[in-house]
Amino acid sequence: MMQEGLDDGPDFLSEEDRGPRAVNVDLQTDATLQVDISDALSERDKVKFTVHTKSTLPNFKQNEFSVVRQHEEFIWLHDSFVENEEYAGFIIPPAPPRPDFDASREKLQKLGEGEGSMTKEEFTKMKQELEAEYLAIFKKTVAMHEVFLCRVAAHPVLRKDLNFHVFLEYNQDLSVRGKNKKEKLEDFFKNVVKSADGVIVAGVKDVDDFFEHEKTFLLEYHNRVKDASAKSDRMIRSHKSAADDINRIASTLYTLGTQDSTDMCKFFLKVSELFEKTRKIEARVAADEDLKLADLLKYYLRESQAAKDLLYRRGRALVDYENANKALDKARAKNKDVLQAETTQQVCCQKFEKISESAKQELIDFKTRRVAAFRKNLVELAELELKHAKGNLQLLQSCLAVLKGDT
Amino acid sequence: MTAWEPPDRPRSRLAYCCPEKMAEDREPPPLADAVQTDFREVEEGEDLFVSTVSTAEQLSPTSPEPASFPAEDISTNSNGPKQEILLDDDQEDLFAEATEEVSLDSPEREPILSDGPSPAITPVTPTVIITPRVDALFDRSLDEDEEAEENGDTFDMQITVSDPEKVGDGMNAYMAYKVTTKTSLSLFSRNEFSVKRRFSDFLGLHSKLASKYMHIGYIVPPAPEKSIVGMTKVKVGKEDLSSAEFVEKRRSALERYLMRTVNHPALVKDPDVIQFLENTELPRAVSTQALSGAGILRMVNKAADAVNKMTIKMNESDAWFEEKQQQFENLDIQLRKLHASVESLVCHRKELSVNTASFAKSAAMLGNSEDHTALSRALSQLAEVEEKIDQLHHEQAYADFYLFSELLGDYVRLITAVKGVFDQRMKTWSKWQDAQVMLQRKREAEAKLQYANKPDKLQQAKDEIKEEIEEWEAKVQQGERDFEQISKNIRREVERFEKQRVKDFKVVIIKYLESLVHTQQQLIKYWEAFLPEAKAIA
Repeated sequence: MMQEGLDDGPDFLSEEDRGPRAVNVDLQTDATLQVDISDALSERDKVKFTVHTKSTLPNFKQNEFSVVRQHEEFIWLHDSFVENEEYAGFIIPPAPPRPDFDASREKLQKLGEGEGSMTKEEFTKMKQELEAEYLAIFKKTVAMHEVFLCRVAAHPVLRKDLNFHVFLEYNQDLSVRGKNKKEKLEDFFKNVVKSADGVIVAGVKDVDDFFEHEKTFLLEYHNRVKDASAKSDRMIRSHKSAADDINRIASTLYTLGTQDSTDMCKFFLKVSELFEKTRKIEARVAADEDLKLADLLKYYLRESQAAKDLLYRRGRALVDYENANKALDKARAKNKDVLQAETTQQVCCQKFEKISESAKQELIDFKTRRVAAFRKNLVELAELELKHAKGNLQLLQSCLAVLKGDT
Repeated sequence: MTAWEPPDRPRSRLAYCCPEKMAEDREPPPLADAVQTDFREVEEGEDLFVSTVSTAEQLSPTSPEPASFPAEDISTNSNGPKQEILLDDDQEDLFAEATEEVSLDSPEREPILSDGPSPAITPVTPTVIITPRVDALFDRSLDEDEEAEENGDTFDMQITVSDPEKVGDGMNAYMAYKVTTKTSLSLFSRNEFSVKRRFSDFLGLHSKLASKYMHIGYIVPPAPEKSIVGMTKVKVGKEDLSSAEFVEKRRSALERYLMRTVNHPALVKDPDVIQFLENTELPRAVSTQALSGAGILRMVNKAADAVNKMTIKMNESDAWFEEKQQQFENLDIQLRKLHASVESLVCHRKELSVNTASFAKSAAMLGNSEDHTALSRALSQLAEVEEKIDQLHHEQAYADFYLFSELLGDYVRLITAVKGVFDQRMKTWSKWQDAQVMLQRKREAEAKLQYANKPDKLQQAKDEIKEEIEEWEAKVQQGERDFEQISKNIRREVERFEKQRVKDFKVVIIKYLESLVHTQQQLIKYWEAFLPEAKAIA
């Protein structure tokens, strides 16, 4: 089982539902297929997730089983969805970001190097903090991978995907290697082409009001979420820095308290103790804001991108359809290859209509999910902020009472 | 003790506490009283260059008009063109430039510390640069200080520094401050009076006090630091937030300086102090300039002192002094560290405030583009909450600074002064020892003369030597007396200093904690208002 947080106080992840940790997505937990990440191990430069499945579906050999997966395998699964034409009409659940412990590891290393220059207490304190930070990043990456799986499991069509079942059940390494240089280059060019194409496709006016509205909405929304996400990150970073300062202040006050020959020593010690506690709360506030606000925004940044991708695919299909229509007219006019043109036109038509139909539903679902997720997170954010502020207040007031009593 | 009260809102105007309102009582005025005045920026001439021209006319004496607070027009007094500063609403500029205080290594500061009263610091109005009024910390009516009783009257004195005004133009311009004194002490001819002073006047005062009292072991409070960067900005007429902040910081520091000085029982009686507070015109303190003759002499002396310090090895017979010196050394190190951490906190909180404001705007935009009505509304509410919170952080940063950080800065300088006093004692001891050595030499010379061969010169030489011996014996006795006196003085001063230090820190820290309490209470209020809105998303 994962280590619990090193600080006293409630483990912030435990406040979420113990089922699939649907942090940013409000999902129905369905007994027929439940997926979660029950454990995770961080090694040198990779993280190993234990994916645990409980299912009553006949497709699986057992009702409950676990496998170990790495990040690349999640990406493989995601990409296989994207490349599957059948799923062109769905919002593909966004892939989880790569686990990034570099920054944290660097800090731990620097701390190790600087060990000689600080007192034992300071060193232990800083080490504890960095470890807590590492743990927090770790928990986050687990949560994000889990959310991806849950989204897939909750989707009526994707949950039946064969690759998904293999992913869940096959207890050997999937031998999915990361993309090599050539493939990465190919991807790069594909993206360039796609963006250019996207511009053209987007320019085509849609007769359907619903989709036209969605197009405009998503474009603006995506940009604003991006901005909000960046700004919230900065805000939270400042908050963390301030908490760090309070930590240092507490330490120095402690030293002053032990050194002072006057009446002040008790005073300093008491205030030092107070700041130690308040700064833990401040750090927790920053962490909660990160989880409930920043992560929420980041997630919807990715999802809105996935929704945009869906619209792009539909737009592409529309263009193809219109082109096929034009080709058919031309063929009829020339009376040449009419049958072929007709078949092509029909295929395009079907494809377009299929995508349109499911896209509409997907977009509506997207909105529902989004509203629910925001609601849940904003409520929890407010509740946590209140809880911490009250905690802080209580600490401050009781300390003040003691200090004033002494004076 | 009055609780810390929250500052007023308006950010864009430089609101300034009205001294008259202070007049009412010595309690820290609730900041709701802050009057908005047009802030006139005055440039202080930080002369690096010796100017013998007495610019006394620039010290436009304020005709006593304390009662009518010239909220609008101090025009009658100022000689220079007045400039009104209109602060823009642009919050982004707020901390755009950190004003670096470059302190010219001013020898005046080297002296001594005051065991004077601690700065009374009242809560800051965030409305931009309002600083806490120096006040109740200096409220002696509650203090059972024995010196106060010695005086006969209970210590009752309140000094405020206000109305910074730019006088003159260009590089010769300077900032004039109004110094208002309210007292019932018999030392002064009136109960209430005010004068105009410029920064170099304060430095001049300190310089005189240091030269008079430092060598007998009194801890003379150090004057605020010079700042080339800050002053140049002001001179150049840069009317932005950071120069306004600089002026406010200086004004507050000057006030604390004066209060500390007058709280010292010996210093308050000093004629220079009385003159400083009372006289409408003061001879210009030219010798405070760095490159003046006196300035250079100071630098030379300082260097000499440093060398001496290294070479004098004193036989400390009194463990008390050794112990105390060590304690002050340790205290110095920790206070500097603490000061640095608090300054960092101030900086990060300001940053937090700015970033929160920027996030608020972004959240508002997001709310606008959200097409689900209830969520859109909730997001707008979130934006509003965050905006209020950014204000809160801003206010807290000011409290961090003016309550905590400035106190620490003051004490770091005060401890330098304390250390200076200990050094003076060492010098006194050294002088005494030197006198003893000389006396010994003269006696040896006398002894040698006994066995000399030139009878005709002998008597004359003997008489001379006898005279010299008497002279040196007297010097030795004087040296011993001086040493004992300074030791005694220092003991007393240190005791008073420590008492004051304890008082200062306790008061300020409690006020600071109260500011933190206030912030949390406001946070609770805001989030409690938001919660139902979030729950209402359907």
